Amino acid sequence: MTEAVSSDEQSAPLSPIPPDVGVHHVGSDAPFYIGMVVLGGTYVLLLIAMLAADLFYTSPDHVLAALAKPAIQYSLKLSLISCSLTALLSLWVAVPIGYLLARHRFWGRDLVDAILDIPIVLPPLVVGLSLLILFQFWPFQLAADWIVYQIPAVILAQFMVACAFAVRTMRVTFDQIDPRCEQVALTLGCTRAQAFAMVVLPEAKRGIITAATLAWARSLGEFGPLLIFAGATRMKTEVLSTTVFLELSVGDLEAAVAVSILMVAAAITVLVIARVWGSRDLTL
Amino acid sequence: MIAVEELSLCIGSFALERVSLSVPVGKYGVLMGKTGCGKTTLLESIAGLKRIQNGQIVLGDRTVTHLRPAERGIGYVPQDGALFSTMTVREHLTFAMVIRKNGQQAISRRIEKVAELLSIGDLLERKPFGLSGGERQRVAFGRALSFEPAVLLMDEPLSALDDETRNQMYDLIRRVRTQTVVTALHVTHNRQEAAELGDVIFQMEDGTVKEIDE
Repeated sequence: MTEAVSSDEQSAPLSPIPPDVGVHHVGSDAPFYIGMVVLGGTYVLLLIAMLAADLFYTSPDHVLAALAKPAIQYSLKLSLISCSLTALLSLWVAVPIGYLLARHRFWGRDLVDAILDIPIVLPPLVVGLSLLILFQFWPFQLAADWIVYQIPAVILAQFMVACAFAVRTMRVTFDQIDPRCEQVALTLGCTRAQAFAMVVLPEAKRGIITAATLAWARSLGEFGPLLIFAGATRMKTEVLSTTVFLELSVGDLEAAVAVSILMVAAAITVLVIARVWGSRDLTL
Repeated sequence: MIAVEELSLCIGSFALERVSLSVPVGKYGVLMGKTGCGKTTLLESIAGLKRIQNGQIVLGDRTVTHLRPAERGIGYVPQDGALFSTMTVREHLTFAMVIRKNGQQAISRRIEKVAELLSIGDLLERKPFGLSGGERQRVAFGRALSFEPAVLLMDEPLSALDDETRNQMYDLIRRVRTQTVVTALHVTHNRQEAAELGDVIFQMEDGTVKEIDE
């Protein structure tokens, strides 16, 4: 050991190594978390404040008084029926589309995928206007009399937007299901249809519930397309969202808020259903 | 028997060129090769799950090259078992027979036999969730054997198991072989599995398959 050390180093005594040398100092994580909480928390607080304001503005009497009006009762009934029909129709369409997009690579798949996202990004008013224009062309023109500004228009307008959300949900659902399970089912003797019905659909159950509740909630909230394509005729094509608009336009703020509370209650119910029976990681 | 003659396929940038192999009736073939060399793809082509460009596939006395997977009479055990998460073990075992519309009595008899052979009798009412790796593999085997196929294809069925469970599976597979006449092709990259189980061993390399003598 002594031979390797030079004469210079040998003369000075070795000082003890300070405890901090070679240790990497890291700043506190607190500012990071505080920043995230402040940003996120502001939004959450705003949401809660908004709902609280609605609740405090109205009272159970207002809500009951609003519910007593025949126009609003009709609107409530039409909303419930049309949203349910829209949800069913959306599922009917979204399940095959979602399955095909998830399972098969076909030419133009990305384009179709993008087109299916259009109703989500397009302003709802544009969707309504486009539907109106569509029904001026043949062959849609032939059905215009019994659709445009009539009850079927409510369902069609709701469907055009709600279905896009359902398709997205079903695409993600089928993406997450292992295709190997279907392949095994094929080797066990199934046709594609049997493999789909017996193996894939049961696995997709939670996703289907989520897609249905999403479509339902979305159609409840739809306003723009309905106004333009179905009109907001009292006792005919009026649904809860257009009721709020109509009550506001005649200056009855209390009734408008009362109906809004009804819609908030419906939205919360739907969210609870989606979380309990649906798929946790699919609720948009 | 399993016979592949001059099989060629091309998927994206991956290709198999004029691959041939033959496993005699009732024998156990083991296909080895490095990960990613195409063993799974070859197995899937034999099962009818991947389209081939050229060549013939003969299973038993039938040329099945253009038949759909459902018509080939194959028991297929994919990697990780791929069990049906919403079905009980019993439903896994009855699945193939229900599709074939077998009678209730025939189905019950068959389930009893398969469950006993694979020691899964006490798992019948359970769902895949919570089963151990060894139990899942046995259910996957049971499902594949439930309709008495002539051919069994297995894709690395033992790779996810620990040593002790794997040894138990060797015994199980030997037991199955004494009780059923099935021609098997077992894909693995594990030399010990090949030595323990294989009657005929193949090596896949650079898109070709050669039989090797051990």
